[in-house]
Amino acid sequence: MAFFLEALFGGLMAGMLYSLVALGFVLIFKASGVFNFAQGAMVLFAALAMARFSEWVPGWLGLESKFLGNLLAFVLAAGVMFMLAWLIERLVLRHLVNQEGVTLLMATLGITYFLDGLGQTIFGSAIYKIDVGMPKEPVFLFESVFPGGVLISLEDVYAACIAALLVVVLSLFFQKTSTGRALRAVADDHQAAQSIGIPLNRIWVIVWFVAGITALVAGIIWGSKLGVQFSLTTVALRALPVIILGGLTSVPGAIIGGLIIGVGEKLSEVYLGPYVGGGIEIWFAYMLALVFLLFRPQGLFGEKIIDRV
Amino acid sequence: MFYRENGQFKTSYRKDQQIFAIAQDRWVVLALIAFAFVGVPYLADEYMFRAILVPFLILALAALGVNILVGYCGQISLGSGAFMAVGAYMAYNTYVRIEGMPVILALLAGGVFATLVGIFFGIPSLRVKGLYLAVATLAAQFFCDWAFSRISWFTNNSSSGSVAVSDFQILGWVIDSPVDKYLFALSFLVVFGLLAKNLVRSAIGREWMAIRDMDVAAAVIGIRPVYAKLSAFAVSSFIVGVAGGLWGFVHLGSWEPAAFSIDRSFQLLFMVIIGGMGSIMGSFFGAAFIVVLPIFLNQFLPTVGAVFGVEISTALVSHVEYMIFGALIVWFLIAEPHGLAKLWSIAKQKLRLWPFPH
Repeated sequence: MAFFLEALFGGLMAGMLYSLVALGFVLIFKASGVFNFAQGAMVLFAALAMARFSEWVPGWLGLESKFLGNLLAFVLAAGVMFMLAWLIERLVLRHLVNQEGVTLLMATLGITYFLDGLGQTIFGSAIYKIDVGMPKEPVFLFESVFPGGVLISLEDVYAACIAALLVVVLSLFFQKTSTGRALRAVADDHQAAQSIGIPLNRIWVIVWFVAGITALVAGIIWGSKLGVQFSLTTVALRALPVIILGGLTSVPGAIIGGLIIGVGEKLSEVYLGPYVGGGIEIWFAYMLALVFLLFRPQGLFGEKIIDRV
Repeated sequence: MFYRENGQFKTSYRKDQQIFAIAQDRWVVLALIAFAFVGVPYLADEYMFRAILVPFLILALAALGVNILVGYCGQISLGSGAFMAVGAYMAYNTYVRIEGMPVILALLAGGVFATLVGIFFGIPSLRVKGLYLAVATLAAQFFCDWAFSRISWFTNNSSSGSVAVSDFQILGWVIDSPVDKYLFALSFLVVFGLLAKNLVRSAIGREWMAIRDMDVAAAVIGIRPVYAKLSAFAVSSFIVGVAGGLWGFVHLGSWEPAAFSIDRSFQLLFMVIIGGMGSIMGSFFGAAFIVVLPIFLNQFLPTVGAVFGVEISTALVSHVEYMIFGALIVWFLIAEPHGLAKLWSIAKQKLRLWPFPH
C-alpha cells in the first residue's frame, strides 16, 4: 500500500508538470485556434534562458544575494518570452491568419525547430542547473499508518504549490481583469470579438506571452528537478495526449488530464511494465489518447461540437 | 519557346492519356533516368554515393509516400518514421527467418506489413482530422519506437538490440559497392515514382484530392471517405515501408530503432512542405534540399566563420541547421505554400513564353 501511494505521488508530480505544459497549449488553442506544437520548445527555451541568466546576472551586477539574482533572471527570462511572443505574432501568425489548422500546426513545427536551434546557439547546449532554493530533502508521510511511511520529496510538494498558485493567478487574470475578459471573448468567437473592437493581434501577443510564462514556470520546476537539457522537449511532447484526454479547449481538462496521464503512466509502468519488458511509459499516454480519439474525440471536458469527419 | 506543346496533336486516346503528355516532359524525364543510370555512376565518387546520392534516393522515396498522404489526401502524419521502421524490421525478419528469401520480396513484404500498421493507425482518421490525427500518428511513432527496442523477436534476439544485413544479392548480383547500392535504390525510386505519378492522376488519386480539398463535398458527390482515406494511408505507408527497408538494408547496413525516431518523421514532413505538398516532383526537390543542406552548411559555415575570425564548432553548425530548417518551414508556409515544385512550374511557364511575353 505504501508502495502504491509512493507510485501514485510520483505520478501526480509528473502529471502536474504535463498539466503545466498542456495549459500553455490550451491557452493558445482557445485564443487563436493554433495547435501550438512549439510549447515544448518554449519550455526548453524559457528554462535555458532562466538557467543561464541566473548564472550570468550576478556576475554582471556583482550581486551577492542568490534570491535577487534569481528574481532578476526570472524577470529577464519573462522579458525574453515576451519578445518571443511579439516576434511570433509579428513574423508568423500575422501572415497566416485564416489559414487551415494544419498549416498553422506545421508553422509551429517550424517554430519548434527554430527555437531549439536558437536556444542552444545563444544559451549553449550543455546540461544546466536551475537552483531556486527549493528544498531537496525527502520527507516521510503517514508514518503512523504504514510501517516506514510514504517517501516523498519536499521539492515536489513545493512544485505542486507553485503550480497551483499559477493556476489560481491565471484564472483570476482570466476572470477578473479586462484583458482576461477580452481573451475569453476572443476564445469564444473571433469575429464577434473583433467587431466590438478587441484588437486580435494584441490579444495574440498577450496569450502567447501568458503561454510563455507558463512555459517558464514549467521549465523552472522541471529544470530544478532534472536539470535543463534538450530532452525536455521530448518529454513536453507528452502534453499532446494530455490535451486530447482533457479536451483541447478546457483548462480544467488540461490539469486533470495531465494528472490522469501522469498517474496512469507511473502505475502502468510499475504494475504492468514487468510483464511486457518495461518502458511502457514511452507510449502509454499516446495509446490512451488514441483510444480517446476513437471513442470520445472531444476529450473528457472538451466542447461537444467537434469537427467530425 | 522551349517548352511549347504547339503542334503536338493527340490522335488516339492512348496518346492523350500518357503519363507525360507533353513531348518535352517525356524527353527530359527519359534523359534524366538514362543519365541517372548510366552517367552518374561514372561521374560521382564514393563519398558522393555514400553521403548524398543513396540517402537522397531513399529519402525521396519515403517523402513520395508521405506526400501521397499529406499532400494529396490532406491527412497529416507525424508517424512516418514508425512506418519506415516497420518496413525495415519486417523486411529484416522475413529476410532472415525465411530461408532463401529474395531480398526484393523481403523489402516488399516489409512494405506490406507497414501497410497493415499504417491502416491500423489510420483508423482514427475516419473520426477525426487535422490536429487530432497528428496525435494519433504520434502514437504510432512512440509505440513502434518502443516495440522495436523492447520486443526481442523483432531484432531476431540480437543481444545489442541492433540488426545488420550484409552481402545480399539479386540473381547473383551482389550489392555491396556504393555504385551497386545506388543503382539498386535508383531502380526502386524510378519504379515507384512512375507508379505514384500514374496513381495520383487516376480515379483514386482524384478521390484523395477531393477529400483533401473538402471532405463533405467529396462525400456528397459519391466519394467514400473511408475507402479514400484508408487507401491513402495504405499506399503511403507501403511506399514509406519499402523506403524504410531500403534505408536499413542499403544505406545503413546495421541499424537501431533510433534510426527511425520522431526526428525522421519530422524530416520527412519537412521534405514534403519544402518540396511542395501535392506534387511528385516536389518530393524529389524536398529530399534533395534536406539531404544537401546540412552537408553544405557543414562545409560552408566554418569557412565563413574563419573569414570573420570566429571558430564555428560542429555543435553550432547543427544548431544553425535547426534554425535554418525552422525558418525555412515558416517562410515556405507563408510565402510559397506549394514549395519548390511551384517554383519549378513557374519556371516552366516562363520557358514556354520566353522570349515573347504574350
